[in-house]
Amino acid sequence: MRVMLIITLGAVLASLLFDRRRTWAGIRRGVRMFLGILPDLLVVLIAAAVLLALTPESAIVRLLGRESGPAGIAAAAIVGSIALIPGFVAFPLAAVLHQSGVSLDVIAVFVTTLMMVGIVTLPVERRYFGWKVALYRNGLSFVGALVVGLLMGLFL
Amino acid sequence: MRISAANIVKYAIAMIFMAGVFLSRHFGIAPGIAAGRSFRDFAMEMAAFLPLMFILIGIIDVWLPRSLIERHVGSGSGIRGSVWVILLAMLQAGPLYAAFPVAQLLWKKGCSTRNIFIYLGAFATIKVPMLTFEIGFLGLRFSLLRTLITLPVFIAIAYIMEALPKTKDFAVLDPATDGKE
Repeated sequence: MRVMLIITLGAVLASLLFDRRRTWAGIRRGVRMFLGILPDLLVVLIAAAVLLALTPESAIVRLLGRESGPAGIAAAAIVGSIALIPGFVAFPLAAVLHQSGVSLDVIAVFVTTLMMVGIVTLPVERRYFGWKVALYRNGLSFVGALVVGLLMGLFL
Repeated sequence: MRISAANIVKYAIAMIFMAGVFLSRHFGIAPGIAAGRSFRDFAMEMAAFLPLMFILIGIIDVWLPRSLIERHVGSGSGIRGSVWVILLAMLQAGPLYAAFPVAQLLWKKGCSTRNIFIYLGAFATIKVPMLTFEIGFLGLRFSLLRTLITLPVFIAIAYIMEALPKTKDFAVLDPATDGKE
């Protein structure tokens, strides 16, 4: 966070030194881009917050903990695709899952779908890529995450 | 900026949500309070980070010459171009939706379709700040193995995305201007 502040501030100051008008044009463009995506982002974050409130961590542990094999992989892929869980929550949760006996291939599928597939964030993604490309990317990533899980299972 | 009907609906949803959280707090409805709390966490993460990031993108946008991006990560850039976008992605942090505006900037400056998706894949799965966190909780062996396996997988996805006939007219849109409702 502080790094971001320093980099942005540095860039703005350096830019101001060279060309004041261009700098303002850049800042205006940035702010406009931000305001352009803000409403979609608000809706996505609200959906994610409501979803998270309805499925607490204990529910995810119960859901993924009981199953193993193909059923566990499928459950992990579905939960991972829908949930929007930031990394600082996801990895501790994955560690808890592992301790409670969930196999590492299931965990690999869970974290990989969390990272690559975002069903809740689709409304934001389609603003940049359009529905078609966004759905293709998510679909392929879903399959890709399953491949990652299967290979992890072979090696671990 | 004019406010479209679709945006009014989105802001209305936000307003209803806020009212719901307020009522939940008043009447002690646990899921409502929890939703309010995690929304606050998400929003804080976003409110601090995103405006800065967008301003930085705006500044880079006005200075970065198109020829530079076209040459290094454009259609003719080969494997070296893909290595560049992977390195760029690995050095970043933040949720995946923060990568979309960067992808849009890269696209605008002449980055190839394949490298756009390689960038997104690398950003999603092998950011260094995230890897250090992952190693802490799941161990080096898990993290290293996952990285090595995921790398060819997201590169393959990028090749498929590039080859799909449906993405022939591919473009990364700027939601502020060409985003069609």
